[in-house]
Amino acid sequence: MSTYNRSMALTGEPPKALNFHQKLATLLGISGLAILCLAAFNVDFANKTLWLAISLMALFGGITWFTIAAYAHKPKGIKNDGVMFKSISSRGFWGWVAGVALTAFYIVLYFYPQYLGLAKEGDNTGVIALFDPLSKLLSGNPASQWFVYGTLYTVAILAFGIKFIWKYRHNNYEKIRTVSVMFFQTSFAFLIPEFMARLNSDTFSLPYYDLKNIWPLNYYNFERYRVNSLIDAGDIGLALLIFGILSIFVITPILTYKYGKRWYCSWVCGCGGLAETAGDSFRQLSDKSLFAWKVERWVVHSVVVFVTLMTTAVIYSFLGNDTSKYWLTKTSFLIGVAVILTAVFAWVMIYKREQLQRDAKYGAIGYFVVIMALIAFHFFSGEGNVFLFKAETLRKTYAFLIGSIFSGVIGTGFYPIFGNRVWCRFGCPMAAILGFQQRLFSKFRITTNGGQCISCGNCSTYCEMGIDVRAYAQKGENIVRSSCVGCGICSAVCPRGVLKLENGPLEGRIDSKDVLLGNDVDLMKLVNQK
Amino acid sequence: MEKIVIIGNGIAGVTAARHIRKLSDKQITIISAETDYFFSRTALMYVYMGHMKFENIKPYEDGFWKKNRIDLIQDYVTHVDHQNQKLKLKKGPDVTYDKLILATGSKPNKFGWPGQDLQGVQGLVSKQDLDALEENAPNNTVCKHAVVVGGGLIGIELCEMLRSRDIPVTFLVREKSFWNGVLPDGESEMLNEHILEHHIDLRLGTNLDEILPDENGRVRAVTIKETGEEIACNLVGLTAGVTPNIDFLKDSGIALGRGVKVNRFLETNVENVYAIGDCAEQHEAIGNRRPIEAVWYTGRMMGETVAQTICGNRREYKPGHWFNSAKFLDIEYQTYGWVFSSRHRKGYEAHFHWRHATEKICLTVAYHKESGKFLGINTFGIRMRHEVFDRWLTEERHADYVMEHLKDANFDPEFYKRYESEILTQYNAELNKAIRPRKKSWKRILSPKA
Repeated sequence: MSTYNRSMALTGEPPKALNFHQKLATLLGISGLAILCLAAFNVDFANKTLWLAISLMALFGGITWFTIAAYAHKPKGIKNDGVMFKSISSRGFWGWVAGVALTAFYIVLYFYPQYLGLAKEGDNTGVIALFDPLSKLLSGNPASQWFVYGTLYTVAILAFGIKFIWKYRHNNYEKIRTVSVMFFQTSFAFLIPEFMARLNSDTFSLPYYDLKNIWPLNYYNFERYRVNSLIDAGDIGLALLIFGILSIFVITPILTYKYGKRWYCSWVCGCGGLAETAGDSFRQLSDKSLFAWKVERWVVHSVVVFVTLMTTAVIYSFLGNDTSKYWLTKTSFLIGVAVILTAVFAWVMIYKREQLQRDAKYGAIGYFVVIMALIAFHFFSGEGNVFLFKAETLRKTYAFLIGSIFSGVIGTGFYPIFGNRVWCRFGCPMAAILGFQQRLFSKFRITTNGGQCISCGNCSTYCEMGIDVRAYAQKGENIVRSSCVGCGICSAVCPRGVLKLENGPLEGRIDSKDVLLGNDVDLMKLVNQK
Repeated sequence: MEKIVIIGNGIAGVTAARHIRKLSDKQITIISAETDYFFSRTALMYVYMGHMKFENIKPYEDGFWKKNRIDLIQDYVTHVDHQNQKLKLKKGPDVTYDKLILATGSKPNKFGWPGQDLQGVQGLVSKQDLDALEENAPNNTVCKHAVVVGGGLIGIELCEMLRSRDIPVTFLVREKSFWNGVLPDGESEMLNEHILEHHIDLRLGTNLDEILPDENGRVRAVTIKETGEEIACNLVGLTAGVTPNIDFLKDSGIALGRGVKVNRFLETNVENVYAIGDCAEQHEAIGNRRPIEAVWYTGRMMGETVAQTICGNRREYKPGHWFNSAKFLDIEYQTYGWVFSSRHRKGYEAHFHWRHATEKICLTVAYHKESGKFLGINTFGIRMRHEVFDRWLTEERHADYVMEHLKDANFDPEFYKRYESEILTQYNAELNKAIRPRKKSWKRILSPKA
């Protein structure tokens, strides 16, 4: 079909050509990476503080310089010229190179940290050692592979955040939202946990806790060692534990009701933060087909079931049986879980049945039956094992499949291939729970502006969640989809001012009002008869 | 089973097909020589600029047509034989029909300029035009300079497209100011400034005289009528409006004017033959509309209407209140109701114009001089709610009411700077009023239509 695109692939003409400053900036950024690579291959930098600073500043400076060179001389407005011609952003050669490199990095990071220089005993070597001075400055401890990763992650969100802000400098929603993710990453995810580690002593110890990381995204939050260490840490620990529970059961529903799941997914969350900033160049690669939507619904809801079962199993496994020792026992806990799930299920089926599409209903019924069956199974199984499996096996499988492979290797490593929100769309159980609520009980919607849509497809193309926004807009229908993270880009790229993210009354949120496409009212009544 | 044949797979023909399928089980065939599948014509520009690939501008997945039992034939209709209800095609066998819908759209105007058929001279309407542009102007080495002739919506889009590949563009506009046959002066003036900001060589009040060939029959240069100046170029874009694409109907017996003549039911003079979209021409213009409306939205509305008629609910084409939108480089434009340019302004029509001191943002409100009734609004750089203005127009609100409740109509993204107070202050000062802005009210916005 598009034979003419190929003729442009190797020539580097505008709009995909880099200008002189962009080339220099790229060189600077790559030199920063090169220092890290050299360190990883055990080149010994005598002054680690100096070289780490040079490296991080080169990365940060390179990206910022590139940004200014790309956008400063152009009038403000949408900057998508050449996106489909550039090999990095259209699954071309550089896209694949970046994808393979990122994936390799994640595999080493998760499974072979020793190659980065992590030492079980004695001093770190390699690139992790390069980060020791910074880690010691913040938390007082030597660096780990996670500290290296966290630092680079934060640098990426900050530097690419600046790029994003420049790119959308005409759009206040995008600017404010990006400042928000930059803030939450730097403080909550990076600095505060390091400072918390400083408070630890022989008698007082808190586990690593990123306060904005809510279960089930941090699936490990209620594991035995964490719960124990929080309880042992006295009032502060207990407060954190209660905060963790309130986060998912109270705070999250209230905020999602008022603002939609965007308050978390594109304003606070670290995964979302990276996707929106460093991943912005890849948002058009998400799959918009109906087939992908089907896969998405099955996979992401399966992950929710998995994480619920796993967490229930883990907590169950460390609870006792004796009510006189502790009020919460194995049995009462399981009954509690069953009651909560049943309540949610009953509420959906009674009040929101008509809002769910048929398959979602089947899904809900199926999953509910599975959970109930497994819980029931417990009462017929002996001591020592939970459900069908050992809790620890379940937890390890989840951590490996979902926590590492899905969220890391595929979720981020495959940015240049499948788009920047693969994890959020197909894998994140938190996004699924928030999305479920957004679909059924929230004031948030994307309003379609009457009949102004020209079906151009910019909204669908640039939707990182693969929502076919146009399919709704061209019918004059509001967009109320569980997967929408509220990034606002569909509204930004719309050339006709058709889309607006807003929080409004529940009534008339989906399509109860007359669809206004411009024809006279009588005809529209006929057209809208279903 | 009744067989409906639609010629043309643009928005008008495809909307008709979709709605006929919604309402009935009739056999539906769409014939188009342009592309296999429906695409959004207004989005062709984004393919050239690299914002989207061609497959992104197709609103339906390819399997949609089969699933909905809409047959697609890629061929060119050469003759309509309405006595035998039969179509002759260029390649394939004849096609019979019970009902025929003509939705053949437009083609670029050519005004008999010398050299208008040279290689490298083209319009921008069809997919073929887009492909030609990739040949003629793939980059700024093949196309060192381009000249775009005709200051309308397609003209400025073509300029924007070429600029995205850093191709120097000269933009010849017949009028003294860009699109001032449609826009009031203040808005047109603001757009002139914006065009220059984008490094487009805008020549106002300038006409094309002649297009000059090189030895291979390709365009080499154009000359300007007023000055005789010769401008060397490798591409000439002809964007001086469009005209109905109906040459194949000349001897068919179907009544033609500039377009296919239709009544309010979109019926032609021949039984069982209808015409919709750009190619249809109303016997009498509807309200302030033109007899031929080459606009996306009217094509869609006519498609919806004709589908009802064909499926047994004979309907008049009754477009609601006029609305339209466009984007001029970085500036979005929306209009609701009627705001006329100084050339076409009605005797009773008065304007209130506000423009931001530094940003390229402005609006014009048209109202009745005597009664003060609100007639229409143009906004640039501010999005407005279609629904709200549609209701105000139906309710025949006073301009003061509109100004007072302007916050209800704002459709800009959250956290955008709002200008209602500033606008109202100027309105009060100019018209000697003391209106205060009302807070946005969801209740009013969502209230049922009057």
